[in-house]
Amino acid sequence: MSVAFLIEQLLNGVQFGVMLFLMAAGLTLVFGVMGLINLAHGSLFMLGAFFCSWIAEISGSFWLGLGGGFLAAAAAGALIEIAVIRRLYDRDHLDQVLATFALILIFSEVVRWVFGDQPLYLDIPPLLSGALPLPGGGGYPVYRMAIIFAGLVTALGLYLLIAKTRLGMRIRAGESDREMIGALGVDIRTLYTAVFALGAALAGLAGGLVGALQSVQVGMGEPVLILAFVVIVIGGIGSVKGALVGSVLVGLTDTLGRVFLPQAFKLLLPASEAATVGSALASVAIYLLMAVVLAWRPKGLFPVNA
Amino acid sequence: MKKGLQRLALGTLGLLAGLGAAQAEDLKIGMITTLSGGGSSLGIDVRDGFLLAVKQSGAQDVEVMVEDDARKPDLAKQIADKFIQRDKVDILTGIIWSNLAMAVVPSTVRQDIFYISPNAGPSALAGKGCHENYFNVAWQNDNLHEAMGGYVQANGFKKPYILAPNYPAGKDALTGFKRYYQGDLAGETYTKLGQKDYAAEIAQIREAKPDSIFFFLPGGMGIAFMKQYAQAGIDAPVFGPAFSFDQGILKAVGDAALGVKNTSQWSKDIDNPANKAFVAAFQAEYDRLPSLYASQGYDAANLILAAKAKAGGTGDKAAFRAALEQADFASVRGAFKFASNHHPVQDIYVREVVKEGDVLTNKIVGVGLAGHANAYVGDCKM
Amino acid sequence: MSTAAIRALPRETLVNAVLALALLAAPLIAQMLDEPFYVSLATRVAILALAGVGLNLALGYGGMVSFGHAAFFGLGGYVAGITALHAFEGSDFMTWPWSVGGSDQLLVVWSVAAVVVALVALAIGAISLRTSGVYFIMITLAFAQMIYYLAISLPTYGGEDGLSIYLRNQLPLGDSNDPLTFFFVCYGLLLAALFLSARLVAAPFGVALQCARMNETRLATSGIAPFPVKLTAFVISAVITGIAGALFADLNGFVGPSMLSWHRSGEIMIFVILGGVGRLFAPLAGAALFILLESLIGGMTDRWQLFLGIMLLAVVLFARGGLIGLLAGKVRHD
Repeated sequence: MSVAFLIEQLLNGVQFGVMLFLMAAGLTLVFGVMGLINLAHGSLFMLGAFFCSWIAEISGSFWLGLGGGFLAAAAAGALIEIAVIRRLYDRDHLDQVLATFALILIFSEVVRWVFGDQPLYLDIPPLLSGALPLPGGGGYPVYRMAIIFAGLVTALGLYLLIAKTRLGMRIRAGESDREMIGALGVDIRTLYTAVFALGAALAGLAGGLVGALQSVQVGMGEPVLILAFVVIVIGGIGSVKGALVGSVLVGLTDTLGRVFLPQAFKLLLPASEAATVGSALASVAIYLLMAVVLAWRPKGLFPVNA
Repeated sequence: MKKGLQRLALGTLGLLAGLGAAQAEDLKIGMITTLSGGGSSLGIDVRDGFLLAVKQSGAQDVEVMVEDDARKPDLAKQIADKFIQRDKVDILTGIIWSNLAMAVVPSTVRQDIFYISPNAGPSALAGKGCHENYFNVAWQNDNLHEAMGGYVQANGFKKPYILAPNYPAGKDALTGFKRYYQGDLAGETYTKLGQKDYAAEIAQIREAKPDSIFFFLPGGMGIAFMKQYAQAGIDAPVFGPAFSFDQGILKAVGDAALGVKNTSQWSKDIDNPANKAFVAAFQAEYDRLPSLYASQGYDAANLILAAKAKAGGTGDKAAFRAALEQADFASVRGAFKFASNHHPVQDIYVREVVKEGDVLTNKIVGVGLAGHANAYVGDCKM
Repeated sequence: MSTAAIRALPRETLVNAVLALALLAAPLIAQMLDEPFYVSLATRVAILALAGVGLNLALGYGGMVSFGHAAFFGLGGYVAGITALHAFEGSDFMTWPWSVGGSDQLLVVWSVAAVVVALVALAIGAISLRTSGVYFIMITLAFAQMIYYLAISLPTYGGEDGLSIYLRNQLPLGDSNDPLTFFFVCYGLLLAALFLSARLVAAPFGVALQCARMNETRLATSGIAPFPVKLTAFVISAVITGIAGALFADLNGFVGPSMLSWHRSGEIMIFVILGGVGRLFAPLAGAALFILLESLIGGMTDRWQLFLGIMLLAVVLFARGGLIGLLAGKVRHD
């Protein structure tokens, strides 16, 4: 096993994690500020990918598509916040889970209605195609490197937004005392809509970025949604820092588990059985990680006192 | 069900000339297939191919009822119960996925209802679990993988890397490949079902330095793998079964698929009159190129119609079964017959993905296995 | 209790009685009309309602929003499938340290299912109940996902293809292959579970459980530790859902990982919500409505999930009492 191989797999883990962060950041923000658990976040991811793919197809430009996906998801987020989500803030989590579960069904069918049953095509922009050389031989796709970069920029941007801006001040105030900021005369409805749309836009961005690597199809948001939930639960729901740490942890665990568990079992079992058992364990590795973290720290790694 | 009736009523409107669908029906077919959610494009193609054949036949005494299983085994079972117990169908057909077929087929055929599979062909139903009322028009699930194994071996590759998802069809795929490719492997990997990011696997492939890749990753998994593999800068050629390179999915894979060799028992350029007529009629009717799945639906309907004509309906089950076994119909694949376990004996072609103008499509470049049956014939005591 | 609530009580009881009788009458009428399909449809309603009764105990009364009850439903189903497989093949489930074969006796299958599900629920509950709120929702989901992926990828019992049950498990008296007999079995178990729930909820245990939902600290200060109360309720809840899973497998003649998927957890939750949270008969009302809609709208359009979504949204937003709430008026508690 070469050094380049190890570096490549570590990069893969980080890249997967950073992509999850784009999803998890929105989820955890919405939970932190509004106390809302949103299962339809995966649908916004899907929406971003579909719009990105559609606009890229019409305009011939991936970048226009990516911007379009970002905006479409933000608009859809604002729309469902005003129409539905707003009514759920003072409900219990059960109502929130069910209402947003209903939104998943609605979004999936509507997208299928509008865009058809076949998966859509979205390609990597020429600027980012090809591979970068790695030390020790081999190469790493430029596009994946770009995703890592985009994720880190987003993390930094979110940090600055929350720590340095007026909106961020209100978000922090909202996290610590919801009634108080209302009393201080902040227009809380607009704030909530803005935060929700921001989370949605990040999900849409992730959808567009990932759509070029994977397939753009109905239902693509659900596996990512569950992973994003695992991430924010591990990190501590409501904590953006926790989401970043959690996503990199989950990304690394998943990637390294897939690579090394089957190989580890080859020491104990015949090759084909080792592949089966190893991959079976690898597919549950992140859930095991989550169970262990929660058994140890029931409120995640970075608990938020909300 | 109403939808199916409606569709059929529309299809045969001209012939019925206002008689309506109220008259006594002679042959009732229940089609359970996936029309919503992930994978619905396969079910839609099977349905469209099937209904096209029924429409072309002009048969007035055939009623097709279509319902969506949403890819849920228990819903499929519930619809099967309804078709059998309430609507008293003679034949069930339509299921795409092996796990749904396993939920529906065994109990259906035991109730003396025929099941004609237009797609799913799990090994359990071809070997020990075979049944006289079960026929598969498409394939046994291992067929395309076996043919690719044979082709890779015959073309002198010495070190393929093979991968598939970690579930029964994935294991059957790699086992099928290895049944006809008997050399060394560069590596063998099982991925998580539904996985969409293959960075880790692609790095392993690079590390193993294979001279070729064989993969079975149906649906969105294959689209994702091909796009990511194309970016990785590895130059080993890719081989696979038709699923990731068929007409419906090629557009989503894009240019990454160009030049890939894939195995299929059907292709739109198979040169026989039945196939030419099918391709033209399908395009005229639905305004898109037919897929592999559409051809399977079309053949399934024509098999049933031919057997009905020969046996005079399903009243005499033994006669109808004998007529099905003879498979005396013009298959779009050309020569067609059943092996003793009611699965096809057919040529498996090797196709290459090419561009015709702006459209990605396939052309036949060779035959992987000629007159191929399946590995389970001996296990079937029928 | 307010006077309005007192007036509402008998009305809910009336609604409940009508529901229970309607479910009993439907298959009898269907049998007379020679429409056996509706017998199996009613059986399906009874079984799914039973699964919901299990969840309702944890969710409606104990406030434990489990998003992983499909794990127990599926485990119950796999116990039925695996024991039937070994009985059919005449093979052993395990040979070491002692030999355990299969069984085709329903009573044996139920007992094994109950024990297996109880043990798993005890383990999952013991870890999950350390958390609360959203963490609890998500950790139960995570455990269910673990079992789901293991079921898909481990080949011994069919993996994703699942297992076919060629012979329905047998009853000591009566023929379980007769649809009407099998319906009565399921219906009887449903009534038994409803009765058990009603008794549990009214007993001191149930009072403590509901108190734990509303205010854990108050319960703790009254000298009762909330954890064992909730864990016990969680395990009972899981066992009821597990038995429903075993019946479901026998009804379909099939068990597969789809019984374990998170959509299934969501569906069981939907039964409870459609019926009305915290109402004894909610799961029955919800399951009946769900199955009716699925077979009615599902027969008409491929887009029935869209209608399901819209209806579910409407119920959550505007009709919080669910179906029973609409029929019987306001909620008794809260």
